[in-house]
Amino acid sequence: MMEILGIWIAAFLTLAILSFLFGDNPVYKFVEHIFVGSSAAFGVLVAFNQAVWPFLQEGLTTTDTFLKVTTYIAMFMGVLTLFRLEIMNFIAPNLTWISRFPIAFVTGVGTGIAIVTSIHGFIFPQTVATFLPLFENRASAVEIASNIILVIGVLSSLYYFYFSMEQKGVLKGITRTGMVIIMITFGAAFGYTVMARVSLLIGRIYFLISDWLHLVR
Amino acid sequence: MNAAVRILEQLGKLDRRLIYALVFLATAIPLILNIKLPMPVSPEVKSAFEAVDRLKPGDVILISTDYGPSSAPETQPMLEAILSHAFKKNVKVLLMTHWRFEGLIMGIEGIDKVAKKYHKEYGKDYLVLGYRPGGTAVMIGMAEDFRNIFSTDNAGKPLDSYPIYKEIAGDDGVLNYKDIDLLVGLEAGSIGNFWIMIVNARYKVPMIMGTTAVITPEFFAFYQSGQIEGLLGGLKGAADYETLLGVVGFASKGMVSQFSVHVLIILLILLGNLSDIARRFRG
Repeated sequence: MMEILGIWIAAFLTLAILSFLFGDNPVYKFVEHIFVGSSAAFGVLVAFNQAVWPFLQEGLTTTDTFLKVTTYIAMFMGVLTLFRLEIMNFIAPNLTWISRFPIAFVTGVGTGIAIVTSIHGFIFPQTVATFLPLFENRASAVEIASNIILVIGVLSSLYYFYFSMEQKGVLKGITRTGMVIIMITFGAAFGYTVMARVSLLIGRIYFLISDWLHLVR
Repeated sequence: MNAAVRILEQLGKLDRRLIYALVFLATAIPLILNIKLPMPVSPEVKSAFEAVDRLKPGDVILISTDYGPSSAPETQPMLEAILSHAFKKNVKVLLMTHWRFEGLIMGIEGIDKVAKKYHKEYGKDYLVLGYRPGGTAVMIGMAEDFRNIFSTDNAGKPLDSYPIYKEIAGDDGVLNYKDIDLLVGLEAGSIGNFWIMIVNARYKVPMIMGTTAVITPEFFAFYQSGQIEGLLGGLKGAADYETLLGVVGFASKGMVSQFSVHVLIILLILLGNLSDIARRFRG
């Protein structure tokens, strides 16, 4: 019974959201507000239950002094973040700057990790992957052509972003090649995006005609 | 000639609601009629399938469901297909998510469904670690010991209280990336990049990725460089995996609709351009 009720509610919500195709309307607005409200509430609860509470429970009851101290520091930083809340503008507007300390800490750690991982896990391996044999006896014609396109594509695309020299003559040709390669990449990305959006539509329509209307088995 | 030009010009002014209706029909009709089309399998999906297929009974895969319901039509069939493959081969499965709270819901829904089908037991054959915020910090913390980050599973019980933990962790009692034979990232955002850039690059964990079509192009670079062993891109990737597995699931059925909608879009683009040419022709 509950399952049937759930399917009918989901079908109503789906149709209500799709009704936006014919213009903004009160039913769409109603469902949009339900979505935003329930998502936010659910998110807060799960974050508390899955992350905040287990960490606090473990950190405050542990016998490990290091873990205990770091938990207290984390809690302190968490409290400082609360000064960012909108309500603090009314209670103590001259203290909102305090929230910058935890934000600066998170930004610093994040940037440090991102720089190292980008160089080690992205730039180096990707550069190495462009060192390809352009003419190899055992390689097929398709592989050779693919390697040549890849190397030319990388070099010309990189050169496209080199703005310190006037691009004319041969250099203009390289820039043009780079631009064409970038445009083809955008085209492929756009094609994949269309596929993604159509997939979402298929998912919803499949739900309507299968689970709700039972037209598909 | 003039009549043809006039018709073409009028077709360019199609009511958008008619286009919505056509897209709806192009999606729904193939699903209702259960039309099937031959579909060659992409090499990158075949590589992903082979990476799972090489696993032996007792090996461990870590699946990260970093997506929500908004991308479930693409990624959920991937999860179910990979889980079916893993459970069929008696591979142990650990499931976690970085994707706020929705990833957990999708992951649990998928693993419960497939585990039931293959009579797999929670705590013995698979374990849901849960959700932890922090992204890169979580990944780095897990490298030393998963219990640094997941002291308990999703149900709130200590990880080391489960038989699967003892079996995987072995004599040293520590579970970390060394115990993982394959990492499967099902991604709708940037978390997949960090799995590759941190966990693959630093800890050499073999991995395959299943991504939404929107982010698939950037993951081809990782596949081409050999940083990931296989790639499932969008609904097509999921459908290819189902084909290799020999099942006809939602993805395989959906690909026929995908094809018909693409044909419709191409026709509409052509029509729009012809209509524009006709309008210019009439001055």
